[in-house]
Amino acid sequence: MNKAKQLFAGLILMALGLGAAHADYTLNLMKGVTKVSNDIYDLHMLILWICVFIGIGVFGAMFYSIYHHRKSKGHVAAQFHENTTVEIIWTIIPTLILIGMAIPATKTMLELSDIDKSDMTIQVTGHQWYWDYKYLDNDIHFESHLDEASEKVHRTPGADPRSVPHYLLNVDKPLVIPVKKKVRFVLTSTDVIHSWWVPDFGWKKDANPGFINEASTYVEKPGTYRGQCTELCGRDHGFMPIVVIAMEQVDYDAWVKKTSEQQKQKPDLSDQTTQQLLTHGESVYLKNCVGCHQINGAGVPGLIPALTGSAIATGKWESLDGFLRAGTSKMPKFDKLNGKEVAELLTYVRNNLGNKVGDELQPKQTALPDDDE
Amino acid sequence: MSAVVDEHDHHADDHHDHGPAKGLLRWVITTNHKDIGTLYLLFALAMFFVGGAMAMVIRAELFEPGLQFVDPAFFNSMTTMHALVMVFGAVMPAFVGLANWQIPLMIGAADMALPRMNNMSFWMLVAGVLLLASTLFMEGGAPNGGWTLYPPLVLQPITVGKALPFAIFSVHLLGISSIMGAINIIATIFNMRAPSMKMMDMPLFVWTWLITAFLLIAVMPVFAGAVTMLLTDKFFHTSFFNAAGGGDPVLYEHIFWFFGHPEVYIMILPTFGVASTIIPVFARKPLFGYASMVWATGSIAFLSFIVWAHHMFTVGLPLAGELYFMYATMIIAVPTGVKVFNWTATMWKGAMTFETPMLFSIAFVVLFTMGGFTGLMMSIAPADFQYHDTYFIVAHFHYTLVPASVFILMAAGYFWLPKWTGHMYNEKIGQLHFWISVVSVNVLFFPQHFLGLAGMPRRIPDYAVQFADWNMISSVGGFIFGASQLLFLYIVIDTIRGGTGEKVSDEVWEDAAKHSLEWTLPSPLPYHTWTTPPSVVPTEHVLDSH
Repeated sequence: MNKAKQLFAGLILMALGLGAAHADYTLNLMKGVTKVSNDIYDLHMLILWICVFIGIGVFGAMFYSIYHHRKSKGHVAAQFHENTTVEIIWTIIPTLILIGMAIPATKTMLELSDIDKSDMTIQVTGHQWYWDYKYLDNDIHFESHLDEASEKVHRTPGADPRSVPHYLLNVDKPLVIPVKKKVRFVLTSTDVIHSWWVPDFGWKKDANPGFINEASTYVEKPGTYRGQCTELCGRDHGFMPIVVIAMEQVDYDAWVKKTSEQQKQKPDLSDQTTQQLLTHGESVYLKNCVGCHQINGAGVPGLIPALTGSAIATGKWESLDGFLRAGTSKMPKFDKLNGKEVAELLTYVRNNLGNKVGDELQPKQTALPDDDE
Repeated sequence: MSAVVDEHDHHADDHHDHGPAKGLLRWVITTNHKDIGTLYLLFALAMFFVGGAMAMVIRAELFEPGLQFVDPAFFNSMTTMHALVMVFGAVMPAFVGLANWQIPLMIGAADMALPRMNNMSFWMLVAGVLLLASTLFMEGGAPNGGWTLYPPLVLQPITVGKALPFAIFSVHLLGISSIMGAINIIATIFNMRAPSMKMMDMPLFVWTWLITAFLLIAVMPVFAGAVTMLLTDKFFHTSFFNAAGGGDPVLYEHIFWFFGHPEVYIMILPTFGVASTIIPVFARKPLFGYASMVWATGSIAFLSFIVWAHHMFTVGLPLAGELYFMYATMIIAVPTGVKVFNWTATMWKGAMTFETPMLFSIAFVVLFTMGGFTGLMMSIAPADFQYHDTYFIVAHFHYTLVPASVFILMAAGYFWLPKWTGHMYNEKIGQLHFWISVVSVNVLFFPQHFLGLAGMPRRIPDYAVQFADWNMISSVGGFIFGASQLLFLYIVIDTIRGGTGEKVSDEVWEDAAKHSLEWTLPSPLPYHTWTTPPSVVPTEHVLDSH
């Protein structure tokens, strides 16, 4: 009922051309928070108005003709079919308009490609299906996945996306940058082509496997800016958002200090209860495995093996551990997981997703020598 | 001015004037240009509904946020297959079907120059499309890396399953079929014109198809080469597109779009030709600016080869590349503008009537121009850094394909079916079909501009809730548009079976014979026409030069 009302309202708004008056709808390009994004917005508006103007002229003439020059009104057809002067005019005028448009477009293009004299550099790496950020100036390095709430809802039939704040546009760890600093991004990928887009910054740039692209931004205003991957990169292409938080320099410095310290901490290898292992294990699973093996462990017929009832998943845990860390030609290796995460994940996979091995693994069992040094 | 037809002498030619073969085998072995044209058109119509059904799946999933009906990988298969089926199974074959019917009639030729190859190119098309469709039933599903088939995605075992070699072989078959069709059209136009028809006397439809045929011959091999490189990368350990082996995935994009940009013009140039044929008939005026129409078509075709990287502005081109491809793309607006102005000037001071073909043609001019406007916006490279790969792009190319190419195909159906069958279609239902289509197509695609500008990427099965309202409206438009095409199906069947029962005249439309040769022939058209070429051809559009 509610849907029907919304739909009806939407149609009426559109019919009346009043869409813009409704706060929930965004109809136009956003201006964004950088000089480049504002210049692009201005270009967009300039071209849009030129098109509207030409459209009114051409369609106006056409509809005048359709209204007046009809046989039912007794109009007799003229027989002209050429007019060199007119034809030259309507070739030259559009050419001049195009030149007029090319000038500001070129200026903005130069501005957009300017990546010199940056204050800091962040390496952005696309993965199926998350982003990975590495601060080249201070060793901060983390992955940024779709947040757990969105992850669960989009994988659960019948769940309500409206119950999740920023559904599909939220991540577990956002990228943090300082305002009023020129940040250079170097973009690449480890698997397929992705594309990194934050509309508020005014550009997207492809992340190509084996190659590096560059781009830069200079954000004026602190805030949270959201975007998405914009190059089809496989089944979960729609589920790898981007969140960037721009902070004042002091806050940024504090964040850098805190994050560096956190990164240096060794994982906590103390024993956990079964429930804790399962809960944490689910989080590890949702981040690393769910994209391929699915939320119920069923895999995808013909493409991805099921974990449910799998001989490897339910066999000896040592061999599952080894399999996970080494990977195969089809599955990437997950040697990035530490002993704690492996214990949680293995316990979860072996005792959930339709499996009931009945064991539990503690972090100390799965820890590698360098985990608890 | 108007044609004086050589009353071709049936009695003298009796021993040649045999009818079609009996039974269903007629359709398998036929070498008659009309039969093959019919086969192409019916096949295209069937594929239009198959591709349309896939679009309905897409719009149903996007009706609301959240995943309701399909798995994301199947969703990606649908977007991929929808595009491939519509481009290679529906729009291109439909125009080849029109070419088969109309080019010999319009130039006064007895048939296509290479009739057996004509039969072969049709059946190869069927084989190619069936092979492609068979991947839907394979383990791992149909290709789901997008119709552009970008590596490394399309080569990934977890993405493509077993479908890749089948899809690639299918592309090879479709390519060979198209090239043979193109050779046939070029050979026919160059060699089989009525002796008195000079190149600059040819109807615009013939001109645009001649130019399109050259585009096809130029770019289909490029596409075949690109997908063959995919095949060897996948199965024979080459590294054309694999950085680890010294290749470059972006190289594929360059090769693909060197094919892909002319390809989109292959779908629009014959559209221009049909519009230039229909509008003058219902404006009761000669086409305005015939010579400049030919010139503009040629320029657009030439430009289509040197603008490919505007599909790749964000791929990491050097600055000089970005600027060059921006300027080159902007120039296309000039000849395209000339065409739109010419159509407007053709209507200007005419004595217009608005039968269904004219309604679809007018809608084409208006809505194609809107697609052209957004194309111009996207040619501005820095702005494309925002527009690229969003729903703004989806809106743009659907405006240039659905209310442009598809509408013109509908117009052509209404325009020529009475001539081909000798029966009149039901004008009331035709107009109903037009009005529902023209409204719903805009409800379907116009909101997608808003979605794209607001930041919704294309090719996603689920979206953030702020995109919910426009998606729902777009889906409703889609369902209505999809359902209303059943009216067209009804009209086609009804017209073939007798239509309104009204016997149509040879001209069908008032003074149509002034514009083109086919209207001087009897309705319905005999199985063989122009066994002796016409001695005089209509040259109204080139008055001054005669």
